[in-house]
Amino acid sequence: MYETQYHRATSVEGAARLMGEAEDGKYLAGGMTLIPTMKQRLASPSDLIDLRRIEALKGIKIDGRKVRIGAVTTHYDVSVNEELAKICPAITNLASHIGDPQVRNMGTIGGSIANNDPAADYPSAMLALDATIITNQRSVPASAFFTGLFETALEPDEIITAVEFTTPDKAAYKKFPNPASLYAMAGVFVARSGDRVRVAVTGAGENGVYRLKDAETALASSFGPSALDTLSVNPDGLLSDLHATAEYRANLVKVMAKRAVAEIANRPM
Amino acid sequence: MGVEGIGARVLRKEDKRFITGKGRYTDDMVVPGMKHAAFVRSPHAHAKVTSIDAEAAKKMPGVIGVLTGKELKADGIGNLICGWMVHSKDGSPMKMGAWSPLATDAVRYVGDAVVIVVADTKGQARDAAEAVEVTYEELPVVVNAVAAMKQGAPQLHPEASGNLIFDWDLGDEKATSDAFAKAAHVTKLDIVNNRLVPNAMEPRATLGVYDAAEDHFTCWTTSQNPHVARLVMSAFYNVAPENKLRVIAPDVGGGFGSKIFIYPEEVICLWASKKTGVPVKWAADRSESFLADAHGRDHATHAEIAFDKDNRIVGLKVQTVANFGAYMSLFSSSVPTYLYATLLSGQYDIPAIHANVKAVYTNTAPVDAYRGAGRPEASFVVERIMETAARELKVSPAELRRKNFIRSFPHQTPVIMTYDAGDFDATLDAATKAADYAGFEKRRDEAAKRGKLRGIGMSCYIEACGIAPSAAVGSLGAGVGLWESAEVRVNAVGTIEILTGSHSHGQGHETTFAQLAAERFGVPIDSVSIVHGDTDKVQMGMGTYGSRSGAVGMSAIVKALDKVEAKAKKIAAHLLEADEADIEIKNGDVKVAGTDKSLPWFQVALAAYTAHNLPSGMEPGLKEGAFYDPSNFTFPGGCHICEVEIDPDTGTTEIVQFVAADDFGKIINPMIVEGQVHGGLAQGIGQALLEGTHYDDSGQLLTASYMDYTMPRAQNLPSFNVMTTETVCPSNPLGIKGCGEAGAIGSPPAVINAITDAIHNNDLTMPATPQIVWAAIQAVK
Amino acid sequence: MAKVELFVNGRAVTGEAEDRTLLVHFLRENLGLTGTHVGCDTSQCGACVVHVDGRAVKSCTMLAAQASGSTVMTIEGLSANGELHPLQVAFRENHALQCGFCTPGMIMSSADMIRRHPNGLDEATVRAELEGNICRCTGYHNIVKAVLDASDKMSKAAVKAA
Repeated sequence: MYETQYHRATSVEGAARLMGEAEDGKYLAGGMTLIPTMKQRLASPSDLIDLRRIEALKGIKIDGRKVRIGAVTTHYDVSVNEELAKICPAITNLASHIGDPQVRNMGTIGGSIANNDPAADYPSAMLALDATIITNQRSVPASAFFTGLFETALEPDEIITAVEFTTPDKAAYKKFPNPASLYAMAGVFVARSGDRVRVAVTGAGENGVYRLKDAETALASSFGPSALDTLSVNPDGLLSDLHATAEYRANLVKVMAKRAVAEIANRPM
Repeated sequence: MGVEGIGARVLRKEDKRFITGKGRYTDDMVVPGMKHAAFVRSPHAHAKVTSIDAEAAKKMPGVIGVLTGKELKADGIGNLICGWMVHSKDGSPMKMGAWSPLATDAVRYVGDAVVIVVADTKGQARDAAEAVEVTYEELPVVVNAVAAMKQGAPQLHPEASGNLIFDWDLGDEKATSDAFAKAAHVTKLDIVNNRLVPNAMEPRATLGVYDAAEDHFTCWTTSQNPHVARLVMSAFYNVAPENKLRVIAPDVGGGFGSKIFIYPEEVICLWASKKTGVPVKWAADRSESFLADAHGRDHATHAEIAFDKDNRIVGLKVQTVANFGAYMSLFSSSVPTYLYATLLSGQYDIPAIHANVKAVYTNTAPVDAYRGAGRPEASFVVERIMETAARELKVSPAELRRKNFIRSFPHQTPVIMTYDAGDFDATLDAATKAADYAGFEKRRDEAAKRGKLRGIGMSCYIEACGIAPSAAVGSLGAGVGLWESAEVRVNAVGTIEILTGSHSHGQGHETTFAQLAAERFGVPIDSVSIVHGDTDKVQMGMGTYGSRSGAVGMSAIVKALDKVEAKAKKIAAHLLEADEADIEIKNGDVKVAGTDKSLPWFQVALAAYTAHNLPSGMEPGLKEGAFYDPSNFTFPGGCHICEVEIDPDTGTTEIVQFVAADDFGKIINPMIVEGQVHGGLAQGIGQALLEGTHYDDSGQLLTASYMDYTMPRAQNLPSFNVMTTETVCPSNPLGIKGCGEAGAIGSPPAVINAITDAIHNNDLTMPATPQIVWAAIQAVK
Repeated sequence: MAKVELFVNGRAVTGEAEDRTLLVHFLRENLGLTGTHVGCDTSQCGACVVHVDGRAVKSCTMLAAQASGSTVMTIEGLSANGELHPLQVAFRENHALQCGFCTPGMIMSSADMIRRHPNGLDEATVRAELEGNICRCTGYHNIVKAVLDASDKMSKAAVKAA
């Protein structure tokens, strides 16, 4: 790791100010991606501004079907939130399968979303849940937030403070992890509210998370795994690497989508 | 057997320090004035080094020295060598290309060490290493061994035309061809044994300390065989004479073969310590380990097996191309030859075998012994082709094997080995019974109802441990003898120290070796200490690899114990005024048989050291040494059965049961033996399902971290069903065969046989990852 | 340089370290607590797992400065008053370690796992929850047994105490 300057922020405003003063600063939340990247000397921020201890960014608030998750809430804290599990088990289940237990103890929802790793889990949930990303400057719909591989609509000094969404009637997330890294090689989040169905895919797209509109259309007219039998996922535009060719990923997207739909269809709630 | 003697499940003496964080590994060592090293490594797989500019680096904060290969050469440090001579079939010696510890004019794989930087902190050393400017002139690259043999392929070493190190034959080619000519059925198979990265959890590390006043070097290192390291660094690398070089291998966090070899970093850190005047420590990052540890396996093989009309094997032909990487590592030449082709007879009576092995340079990390070393490759060939043949002949794989088993011993195979003992029916019976092999089809049908493809596969492997005798391996080209040494020191109070040339890096020697003394003298194992891993403390030894510590290391201890016992009995006979032949040692007492005359063990020891009343002419003391050179290899064997369920939608394989029935001869501590089998199985299953090592065409290692190289995790593996049968090994005093590698040798073919059975496609490469299995399912849809 | 203040294994410690210093290096080099190991550089092997404010984290993926102000427990602090922790006992009794290098991280992760599952564990859960720890020696067979054994004994002890 290259030398850097560590700062601990105690407020969002303070963090933004520190960022303004830094030559080439980076916000640090759980650090589960940033620190490994720095260790590999692939990132060399002059300053690290630690957001993890800012109280205002912590916690989960639930009001009816409206959910607000503070940006530095850890994956573990999301995964064990009983109230949230009652109204949206898909999101607690997703959180309980990110990385490994130690990563879940440190990693945060804000960090995951801001990084927009194409194989991260949360972006698919945000997109499928039609979530809103709240920052210290504005609110951005998920559909406008994720702009490409490791790219988001965030300005350099902008801080995610929370995400908000209204829980759907039913949702499920199924992922097929990369056998080595355990990141998603194909992860599909399906959310259904009334007749509206949103399907978002992570781990597979060359440009990161995306909506699988053909599946949404098919499921809107007939919700059930067999509705996807004839779905053809085009390998063009999908990632291809050692662990999964684009063709194999296309297959996994379909299989995971069907399994998520089956889970919803079979769930009593 | 006593509660702590031979055969007892004694808990490990060494555990306490490991479970409390008090283990002491090389990177834990701190000596006064110690500084840290970082290496500049080649980013190119093949290039000329045209210039090295270290001026900027030398000015970086904390930097003490920046040293190059030219300086190393100027100081007379020698090139790294391969210590086992293999001759090609035309009689010519193997073609060993020069391997300078620090590259001088050329680099031949990504990770080849070029410059060492020594600085106050590890971070500073790395910062400065980045500032060293090395100019490379890139050369064409070849990473695949078969491609490297083709005309026009890039050439790595001027010594090895066509990149061919040797073209070696074993067996009778004509007799084999004649057998094939008369065969009723021939099965052919092309298989690749995938390259693996050993990945002991402790990355390699070394601490070199030069004492100018004494002109003496100390090398702390992550080694499986510190004495061999000292010998090689003295005799061949010219670091220092042996009496001026102490090598210490403290707690070592796993080896699996990868810590047998003497690597550039050990030599360079010792030399750099003298050059800079400070102790120099280097500890590899995992990424560095991936690039610069010796890898394992990497064979491409074509095999054919011939049967007569009664399904008896009449001949086996094997042609293998072995990828050696960029340089010949220390024992590399022995692995695909004498540790591989000599095991191609498997458990079967095969009248004619012919093997040809071509060893080839490529622009990849050097390849050498990794758990099993040659024997997994052999058993993969034999057991894959047996299973394939059974399918072609439409007979039960178990019965085809049984029909061809060797049943009389000793058995001379056509490929050097003389099997001394075994009962292959016993392991096959034990495994098939435990796995309910006969009831499999029902389980297959039941799984099909759940949409799963279920398959079963077996492997009846044999391997060879305790490579010996020294004269025999010497005649086959080994540069060292493969005996072992021991010294048993009985202290004046009766406690015992056993000094051994074996090295424990997970195998539990501190416990099992102590059990031998407990058994012999009836003393508690807590009063027995094992000393190992330090050339200043222990007499010459050969270290731990090839499952040799049981059969060879413990046999040396037995010999030394024999001598101690004999002397103790003489002393006791004298003190008790009895005949020496009537003395027996039991439960810590030295007795005259059939009488109530006895002495506690410690009094005999005390008498040896007070020397007030010893038999006339006897030297004081109770300490004896022994060197043990075995009369033959040992031959562990067994039957492994793997049952899998495959999700056809994703290609995911789940191992639903794994049974291993092994014959390891006599067992000293069943708990530790089972642990060795579990670990070996995990590595074998890892090879079969998970672990792939991939270089791209430019020679970049694509699987250079745990992000891409799949290490077996708990959730990839089942609980194992392991059991043993016993035929006593007649070639050593304890009747031991060895157990360290069997799991890794027997399991890969069982796994692949099971998957190919499930998916009805025999064309499947390792590792059989979900993607590979899915594609293989699609191919036969 | 960062000032690092920690409460480690029941003792307040302070030290200076470069801002880039990882917690694991601070523990090993500044405090001499070499029981915590480094087995990889991509945050996967888990040899470096310690507890920070009561939760298992990978100390190779956290800056010492980030941890400043926290309570840290390492393998050296797990046994209390000379009594081995039930997991330490179970690892030994079940032969759940061979070379010992991954063991401290395995034990610290397992302690966190048992804390999160006070009502007990089953084999599948243990295997899944060990995904952040890699062992090359044991094939996990005996590690899984040891964790189940310790979990069982600890929940029985808790029932007794209650």
